Amino acid sequence: MEPDRAISRVVHAIIEAERKLPSDVFECINSAVPSGGKAESVMNAIKQNLEIASRCNLPMCQDTGVFWCLASIGRNSGVSLPLIESVINSAAAEAAEKGFLRKSVVSEPYKARKNTETNLPPFIYYELTDGDAVELSFLLKGFGSENCSSIRMLRPTEGEDGVVKAVVEMMKEAGGKPCPPVFLGVGIGGTMDRAAFLSKKAFFRESMDAELSARILSSVNELGIGPGGLGGYPTALGVSLLYEPTHIAGLPVALTVNCWAERKAVIRFERGEL
Amino acid sequence: MRKTLVLPYSDDAILSIKAGDDVLLSGVLYVGRDQVHKKLYEALENGEPLPFDFSGNAIYYMGPSPAPEGFVIGAAGPTTSARMDRFSPRLIESGLRVMVGKGPRSKSVAEGIAEHKGLYLQAYGGCGALYSSCILSAETVAYPELGPEALLRLSVKDFPAICIIDSSGDIWRG
Repeated sequence: MEPDRAISRVVHAIIEAERKLPSDVFECINSAVPSGGKAESVMNAIKQNLEIASRCNLPMCQDTGVFWCLASIGRNSGVSLPLIESVINSAAAEAAEKGFLRKSVVSEPYKARKNTETNLPPFIYYELTDGDAVELSFLLKGFGSENCSSIRMLRPTEGEDGVVKAVVEMMKEAGGKPCPPVFLGVGIGGTMDRAAFLSKKAFFRESMDAELSARILSSVNELGIGPGGLGGYPTALGVSLLYEPTHIAGLPVALTVNCWAERKAVIRFERGEL
Repeated sequence: MRKTLVLPYSDDAILSIKAGDDVLLSGVLYVGRDQVHKKLYEALENGEPLPFDFSGNAIYYMGPSPAPEGFVIGAAGPTTSARMDRFSPRLIESGLRVMVGKGPRSKSVAEGIAEHKGLYLQAYGGCGALYSSCILSAETVAYPELGPEALLRLSVKDFPAICIIDSSGDIWRG
């Protein structure tokens, strides 16, 4: 067990994620062919911004986000839960300081809204997985886009069409607010909260239904919201979808909207590294 | 068209900018977002003095990340304007005519801009590092207790934006 080394790996990964997009996300942005006019201006500004962030070691966006973390813990990892919690908390605190991240968290959401001045607490989920590794998946979640995230409890008979319609309606409502072009996470099934959780976990997993993801992507792009909400293509650059069993009476559909700056870090600890 | 807007602005400069124009801002730019808007609104309602003169000055919806050593400010891109819509009409009535943010505005904001011959400009969302490089200085003017949401005064140079609502009320819809 080397908690200090583990913490420093997590800190480094978070700070790096604020300054550079994962290569697949960057490639999506770089290879998108905008429809010209303002769409092209916005995409060029985004590329220029990424270049400056990387060169100057600045966060790419001032909303450096809240720390959303999924700890996926191998059943045979033998690692103690309190240790994992402590690594996440310590690393988040250190990254916020060393990475010059904005302190964007307030306590008492509907009352005093006093800034915690640490960007803490992180919002942590735990799950058990097969194997003996521990993986920490951090989503650095900005709230311009999070405010456009939503959930619908569909009727059980609405099927695929209902899912597509729900996501398109939520994105129509979002319009230019979430800094398009967006990346979408869709969570389907479970209970209301499980669907919402899956919609964030989806950013870290292969889509479980590539066909439906593609259909949602093309339907959202047909809205023509465009980069910066100024019309044209692209409105969305990726859709990942996860589902799980649900009740006979329901079809929960949750959407997490992520801005073009899909900032995330995955840190994997093999057995003995934590 | 490509235009420049020197701040504080002149009335003529505002009238010459049309919806869809690319605009480069240079000069003094005040910064305030949600909580500042609430406080400005309350100050107006209570007849209290404002922390800066609305006349001639523009406001930018932004909350920066901390400045690393050697920088005047950290990342400094726009935040979503729609959250300010509940306060903006009152502020526009009181002389705040130029607003810079991102995303769409409500009908009542657009109407206020048309009536008072103002402008709504959109900065490039998420481009915090890009905007940091356009900012020459930054100082806190009021409400330091709000931390990253404090009211700031910036000096900017060639700050890029797009005119979305112009002084005649025309709206750029792409």
